[in-house]
Amino acid sequence: MQARVRTLLALLLWPMVAMAGEWSGYISAEYRYFPQAPLDPAQAGSGSSLAAQPEYYREWDHGRQSLTITPFARWDENDSARSHADLRELLWLKAADDWELRAGIGKVFWGVTESQHLVDIVNQTDFVESPDGEEKLGQPMLNLSLIRTWGTLDLFVLPGFRERSFPGRQGRLRPIPYVDTSEPVYTSAKKQQHVDAAARWSHYIGDWDLGLSYFRGTTREPFYQYLPSRNVLLPVYDIIDQLGIDVQATLGFWLWKLEAIRRWGQVEPFNAVTAGFEYTLAGLFGTSADLGVIMEYLYDQRGQWRFTPTPFANDLMLGLRLTPNDEQSTEFLLGMIVDLDEGSRLITLESSRRLGDSWKLTLEAQAFAKLSSSDILYGFRRDNYARMELARYF
Amino acid sequence: MQKPHNKLLWLILLLPLLAVAGPAEDKGLAIAQEADRRDSGWGDQTASLKMILRNRHGQESIRLLRTKTLEVQGDGDKSLTIFDSPRDVKGTAFLSYTHALKPDEQWLYLPALKRVKRISSSNKSGPFMGSEFAYEDLTSQEVEKYRYKYLRDEVLDGRDTFVVERYPAYKYSGYTRLVTWVDKEMYQPLKIEFYDRKKSLLKTLTFADYRQYQGKYWRPGRMSMVNHQTHKSTELIWSDYRFGTGLTERDFDRNSLKRAR
Repeated sequence: MQARVRTLLALLLWPMVAMAGEWSGYISAEYRYFPQAPLDPAQAGSGSSLAAQPEYYREWDHGRQSLTITPFARWDENDSARSHADLRELLWLKAADDWELRAGIGKVFWGVTESQHLVDIVNQTDFVESPDGEEKLGQPMLNLSLIRTWGTLDLFVLPGFRERSFPGRQGRLRPIPYVDTSEPVYTSAKKQQHVDAAARWSHYIGDWDLGLSYFRGTTREPFYQYLPSRNVLLPVYDIIDQLGIDVQATLGFWLWKLEAIRRWGQVEPFNAVTAGFEYTLAGLFGTSADLGVIMEYLYDQRGQWRFTPTPFANDLMLGLRLTPNDEQSTEFLLGMIVDLDEGSRLITLESSRRLGDSWKLTLEAQAFAKLSSSDILYGFRRDNYARMELARYF
Repeated sequence: MQKPHNKLLWLILLLPLLAVAGPAEDKGLAIAQEADRRDSGWGDQTASLKMILRNRHGQESIRLLRTKTLEVQGDGDKSLTIFDSPRDVKGTAFLSYTHALKPDEQWLYLPALKRVKRISSSNKSGPFMGSEFAYEDLTSQEVEKYRYKYLRDEVLDGRDTFVVERYPAYKYSGYTRLVTWVDKEMYQPLKIEFYDRKKSLLKTLTFADYRQYQGKYWRPGRMSMVNHQTHKSTELIWSDYRFGTGLTERDFDRNSLKRAR
């Protein structure tokens, strides 16, 4: 059925793509280095991978309508689950004076904080791409935005659930045992066909940017069920309700941020909060560089549960963002998330720099320290890694 | 409706200012006001921009941008800047509501994450895209953003100019003063010298290839900024100026950022 829909779509869309439009995107090569031997002998060591994300864009009706098509694909040397393809976008947009309509497959971002994105719920995480949860899978959607003097009201109908991607048995940066994605457990009889819905009001008043959101549907963040017979974890997707709020106050060199959610439907209702600031020291030591100092507190009520499904129940994130403001757009971000109960640490360094006009080099390193056996990240304890990516943009 | 004692308070507060504002200050302000008056009423404009960044060894890197601007009467303008090149930042868009005295409001759209980020507008002295232009050099130049002092008349490259000194009212400006050569016919700058916080000459900006649009509004074709301290330079080449294209507030809201191309 799905294959037939895809063929039909391809046939319908091909004439449009063949018309004038513009192509952009990137291809990239990546090498991930894992200095330690894996916990599970089935897991591979260091390895390479290639990825591509072209984007086709065409607009008409004086820019009031557009079509964006963004496929993505990765080939990974070691992990067959990481070799995957996804349609990030296949989106038609119509913009009118006081409304916008989007239909197709798209990507939406909600929220303000840096350490994690509690409120951001429309798109599923492409976890196999990156353990930080920043990469997302394309979500089928119908999105009506009403643009009024009192703010923007976004209404979403989300047909077709996307399962979270996980590294396969040979992959690194995964729980032990691994997550078997072939048999997900759904609590709704409609399983993947459950139609989710979401709404978000957003506005800004002076220095304040505000967002209030509600989601009802299949959770993007699954629980796990252990299957002893095969020694695997099965993802469990419940139907949830989630209320979210995000606020940013921009006061001089200070950005004050808050994201909070309340979720119903998984075990018992719970609250979670991320709150903090980013302060910018502009023109550091008389140079043109800026240094951002980030501090965020992460709280999750699920920390009191017998099994805590989040690593960030009572944690503090400290970060330094260095932006030299050079021609090469160099950036460094050093971050550390400390568990205030267990003392475990997650340390990350991300840096990137443009080479010439169309190449970009990214270097990343991540280390897990003092992980306790009760931590959900315990299975990652031998997965410190460094990653180098070279991308060519066109 | 102001109460009488408020007016009195204002008078007392302003007295010291009036005492120092002499004829040179009045003339400087009058020139700025006349320049502002002559350049108002255009409504909206769009333009394409090529930035050529040169380092001290003469190596070049190029940026391509497009700008849309909406004139706001009685306040600073609204502008949307869209990046086309380098390709890794293609689709990035920058929305700015400038104000005369209040802090500006600024949002950045990051296309890879689909994220609209409110950013601090306080860092006006920071470089724009690694160029020799600071944000404060490129945002709308409201009269209230500076104090003025007329220095002299001078002939610059065969054109009659007023030489006016400006002092930024903004606390965190990167400059202590700007010396501006204002063309007497166009009421547009031909040259600006920027003095840094240590009061030494930092940069010189020269304007060239002015053309008049709508029979009224002068716009430069080239702007060249030379940094005397780092020996780097940035050249801006403007093209496709269009006025009265029918842009509205709606083209400058946070939703428009997400579909700016």
